[in-house]
Amino acid sequence: MEIDEKQNKVLLQGNEAIVAGALAAGCNFFAGYPITPASEISELLSVKLPEVGGTFIQMEDEIASMGAVIGASLAGAKALTATSGPGFSLIQENLGYGCITEAPCVIVNVMRGGPSTGLPTSVSQGDVQMARWGTHGDHPIIVLAVSSVADCFSITVKAFNLSEKYRIPVIILSDEVVAHTRESVVLPAEESIRVFDRVKPDVPPEWYKPYADNNRGVPDMANFGDGYRHHVTGLVHDENGFPTQNGKEVDAFLRRIHGKISKGFKEIQVTKTFLMEDAEVCVIAYGSVARSALRAVRDARKSGVKAGLVQLVTLFPFPRKTVDTYLRQCRAAIVPEMNMGQIAREVSRVNQADCRIVKHNRIDGHLITPDEIFKHLSTV
Amino acid sequence: MLERAEIVRKEYLRHDKKFPHVWCPGCGNGIAMGAILRAIQSLGLSKDEVVMASGIGCSGRMPTYVDFNTIHTTHGRALTFSTGIKLANPALTVLTVMGDGDATAIGGNHFIHAARRNIDLTAIIINNSIYGMTGGQYSPTTPFGSQTTTSVYGHVEHAFSIAELAATAGASFVARSTVYHAAHLEEMLKLAISKRGFSVMEVISNCHVQYGKKNKLGGAVQMLNSYKDNAVKVEKAAKMSPEELEGKITIGVLADVEKPISTEVYRQVVEQARLKAEKITKEKDKDGVKRYEE
Repeated sequence: MEIDEKQNKVLLQGNEAIVAGALAAGCNFFAGYPITPASEISELLSVKLPEVGGTFIQMEDEIASMGAVIGASLAGAKALTATSGPGFSLIQENLGYGCITEAPCVIVNVMRGGPSTGLPTSVSQGDVQMARWGTHGDHPIIVLAVSSVADCFSITVKAFNLSEKYRIPVIILSDEVVAHTRESVVLPAEESIRVFDRVKPDVPPEWYKPYADNNRGVPDMANFGDGYRHHVTGLVHDENGFPTQNGKEVDAFLRRIHGKISKGFKEIQVTKTFLMEDAEVCVIAYGSVARSALRAVRDARKSGVKAGLVQLVTLFPFPRKTVDTYLRQCRAAIVPEMNMGQIAREVSRVNQADCRIVKHNRIDGHLITPDEIFKHLSTV
Repeated sequence: MLERAEIVRKEYLRHDKKFPHVWCPGCGNGIAMGAILRAIQSLGLSKDEVVMASGIGCSGRMPTYVDFNTIHTTHGRALTFSTGIKLANPALTVLTVMGDGDATAIGGNHFIHAARRNIDLTAIIINNSIYGMTGGQYSPTTPFGSQTTTSVYGHVEHAFSIAELAATAGASFVARSTVYHAAHLEEMLKLAISKRGFSVMEVISNCHVQYGKKNKLGGAVQMLNSYKDNAVKVEKAAKMSPEELEGKITIGVLADVEKPISTEVYRQVVEQARLKAEKITKEKDKDGVKRYEE
């Protein structure tokens, strides 16, 4: 593959762009297990990581992959795993561990048709609510959706940055169409990429409290081997990291790990809008469907319908404020999804206005076309 | 001995933190923990370079009490976390403490693959033949015919031999001892920890509260005495027939082999890949074309 040096223009598929984004963000550890349609990420990282002194390992299953990812993160690595539906199910166990121990890491789920083995080579958006609620217990999480090859690069960089800054597992939801579509993209110059690294403690080790609150709600993080010997556990713990059942401490801890995400809403919640300034009807879409939606919106404009697109990049925490603003502006919102309405349920939940929510669900393993969305836009 | 125990207690326990511990009076876990700490002390390892990981169960609480880099992971998965830790920072000495159910039931797959992979880790499995923390259900090492809360008619399945399983799966070093043989256990642990490659230390331990009580084996003292009576050194066991070994506990080093350690071989891979990548970059500089994938 040749790159035009001046423009840094390159032909990539989505999975390859995720690899490029991960490396640009400083990823130096990957553990995974083969699965369609995510395998290219493993394959390419098995080649690229050793070149930058990083580590690639293929584990015995996705449970193990997620364990290794968190272990590596605690020892200082920027760690990634990539999988699809069935593997995402297995990841849930240790994903919760990553949330409660506040271990920065990134999980890519290239969605395919489900449930179970489902449609291994077909596109779907069936794992949206699972990404939010898949692991047991109340937990904070960040879920980002990619819709293009360019997104795959930039959102992966963002995912690593958010995971390091907020000490939280970040899930990237890709889908089979984005993963395998090849597009010509201009990658940002290396020096223009902002990379955020976890904040390390600078106090003497005997003063270090690994889970103490601060104004960000995100404790400074010492890596294993840094000289700050501390305890990490999946049990609810006090600010020293030791198990506690004291109601006050339990409550404070759980509220802090939720609160640190609320404090960062402004930075975490990303939406993109197209032609929304004067829109009277809108499409709320994410992932590959957002591409079809954009085309449908443009076609609708040509036929005189004041249509616009709200593309959700951050799915969770759900960008309630932004969506609410546009729902107040529009008389109808179409929510096309390749599932039975997993984001439509969020949109309806935040709908405080008289906006009519129109679900459009396709679950046959094929991408929603611009025409399907256009039909709604021209009739609502 | 007492003096040394005092040094170990002061130096290695987080005595101002979470004591008293959760273990029942007479539990073998404390003896195993003491032996581990003394082994680390005599190996002269600094506390900053030691990681102790554990899974879930009674043994899983051990890292809470010791002053290393410690991690109490999910049930059965401790070795996967240890794998990530060791790969991300190979300078660390990583000990993984598990119980029999933790390591060979829910974590069985991780256990055999860790042995096959041969990363420089030490797995310490405290085998008390039962799930103690959850109230005494049968585990993969519960003997045939035994009583547990889930086998009140007598256990109908057969037990794993953890040490043999580890050796067959490819562990570089496998040893067994019991909590009666505290000094022997310490010596075996020293060998296991200093062995380069994946090493497994099986520690036969007493759960008199669950297993002992249900099977009328007496209290902690009686169970420890039975280890004393039934233990056979591996050298002696080699001369005994299978019939004579029935009901005996073979203790000592059961496997000790040299083979490439995957982390070290991987480091060579990294060097090669780096050199190749540098060469490509230099070529690129010559003709002005950057090749993204080679």
